[in-house]
Amino acid sequence: MKKKFLGLLLAASMVLTLAACSNSAGTTSSNAANPNPGAQSTAGSAPENTPTGAAFKIGGTGPLTGANAIYGNAVKNAAEIAVDEINAMGGIQFELRFEDDVSDPEKAINAYNVLKDWGMQLSMGSVTSKPCEVTAVETYADRIFALTPSASSAAVLEGKDNQFQICFIDPNQGTAAAQYIADKKLGTKIAVIWKNDDVYSKGIYETFMKKAGELGLEVVSDTTFADGNDTDFSVQLADAQSNGADLIFLPMYYQPASLIFAQANAMGYAPKYFGVDGMDGILSMDGFDAALAENVMMITPFSATSTDERTASFVKKYQEQFGEIPNQFAADAYDCIYAYKQALVNAGATADMSAKEICELMIEQFTTMSFDGLTGSGMTWDASGAVTKVPTGVVIKDGVYVSLD
Amino acid sequence: MTFLNFLISGISLGSIYAIIALGYTMVYGIAKMLNFAHGDVIMVGAYICFYAISRFELPPLVGILLAMIVCMLLGIIIERLAYKPLRSAPSLAVLITAIGVSYFLQNAALLLWTPNPKVFPSVVGDGKVELFGGQLTISHVTIVTIVACVAIMIFLTVFTESTKMGKAMRACSEDKGAAQLMGINVNATISITFAIGSGLAAIAGALLCSAYPTLIPTTGSMPGIKAFTAAVFGGIGSIPGALLGGLLLGVIEIFAKAYISTQLSDAIVFAVLIIVLLVKPAGLLGKQIREKV
Repeated sequence: MKKKFLGLLLAASMVLTLAACSNSAGTTSSNAANPNPGAQSTAGSAPENTPTGAAFKIGGTGPLTGANAIYGNAVKNAAEIAVDEINAMGGIQFELRFEDDVSDPEKAINAYNVLKDWGMQLSMGSVTSKPCEVTAVETYADRIFALTPSASSAAVLEGKDNQFQICFIDPNQGTAAAQYIADKKLGTKIAVIWKNDDVYSKGIYETFMKKAGELGLEVVSDTTFADGNDTDFSVQLADAQSNGADLIFLPMYYQPASLIFAQANAMGYAPKYFGVDGMDGILSMDGFDAALAENVMMITPFSATSTDERTASFVKKYQEQFGEIPNQFAADAYDCIYAYKQALVNAGATADMSAKEICELMIEQFTTMSFDGLTGSGMTWDASGAVTKVPTGVVIKDGVYVSLD
Repeated sequence: MTFLNFLISGISLGSIYAIIALGYTMVYGIAKMLNFAHGDVIMVGAYICFYAISRFELPPLVGILLAMIVCMLLGIIIERLAYKPLRSAPSLAVLITAIGVSYFLQNAALLLWTPNPKVFPSVVGDGKVELFGGQLTISHVTIVTIVACVAIMIFLTVFTESTKMGKAMRACSEDKGAAQLMGINVNATISITFAIGSGLAAIAGALLCSAYPTLIPTTGSMPGIKAFTAAVFGGIGSIPGALLGGLLLGVIEIFAKAYISTQLSDAIVFAVLIIVLLVKPAGLLGKQIREKV
């Protein structure tokens, strides 16, 4: 009996390590796909924790598996495209390594340590807010500069001089959403459904409510949900409906939102919906009936249907390589890499500098430079690390995003 | 009228918990082990059903049958590989193994079916019954789930009470050693218990995802835990108890959300559970088993 049990244990652990292998294979293949031979050859032979001198080592963590994998993969894919483009130009060279954190803070720390051992000089932080809050503490302590494409909570930046964001900080999203709804007179009676165990949702909710109060928007229904309690929204929707809400503000990710749309539709309740950047991705859900999301509005700095030349070329490349239309997270990641390139060139940094030296140069650059990217032109950063750019509203029409303006 | 609407939402949520809880309680009642992987077998069933219906365009009933067959086989394989070698080990070891199996299934699903959410096509359509001029609506999914719950409950009760196999199961549940001495094949009996439990999980998966159509590899885990709570609430091991516990849990959850606070609903549900267990430690319909000395 004992032998059998041991055998089983062994088999189980083998299966687990196999799974782990296939994961890391997934991330290292990104290096193999790198067309630049110089960057590639340094990957294996470099002694740990020292700059190789050939390419800047950029690391990041994000959910490549798990419920939020759509975001992590978008960031990783787009960052790869940007790195490949920059390396092909000659001049400054990058080497990218992306580790899976399953959107879990503990796993993010492990992933961060792997990157640090690898000799990361510049960090992309983490893709989602909760993990990024913990990795930001590490990058701050280790003096590694971090520019997160998408972790938008305020706590990521708080009290850290070397943490910067490409995306809007959550509070700004709430303020911008309220401002947008008021300016365009989108709704008179507003309901809010938010997730009370999620910093992302709560942060946006709080500033939205504050700004809505200032602007005189009438919030008639205010309900919540949490993990494990996120399948049935009948009560929240009934509350919004009975209070006569004509617009529901949804500061949340797209997954619960898709259930809300379906359940409201089943109830025969058809308010307007207004979402934030987490809503992005709803159209790429397998089997999702896009008719349910018809007329859903959201603020996002990126629209894949834009006719802008750089955006169009990025969208085309992304579609060719990964078979889907890039979302806002992808655009943020693409900008992140290009912002690094601009800052490094401006600062005259070289790849043999230590992470600490680069960190000081980057802080100086990012607080003074202006950057034109896919998610906004003339982006600037203040000393807190928050970005200033103009949000645009988009609305879903016939299954694609169309600008609201 | 809003009260009745909330009651119906509660019953529809509760019927989902109940149908999952039936599988939990049946395996516990016979094999005396908590199969924490039950929620993940549900998820596997839902994926099989999803692919059968939306990729191979089979009729929903065929999809469910296929999912049942796959899940039954999966149940037997899990039992053979993970639980049978531990038959004489302490129950804690089996419990930990069950949690391991649960993680294994989730991660295997991540590799096989990717983490991207799938939207499940309802197996009963999205029709609804309207009462009182449309003021009350009951979706077909809810009706089908409740009918399925009652049917499964009756089937399980009749099966364990009056068939030969059912008697063998009850004998195993009382005393495995004695049952073996009486000529009952304990291993085969327990395998069949798992097969039935997993088959029920496939039905639960299809109905769970018809009611709440997002399907991801972790879809089964939280409803699984809630259903486990429901089974304990109703008295684990008791088949009617699972139905009662599931319905009550769903109704309490919705009422707590509607009339007290959406923020505190889970806390209230579990507070009620604690109170019930303090007053009736064996659950609502559970049998108090006296320790024989």
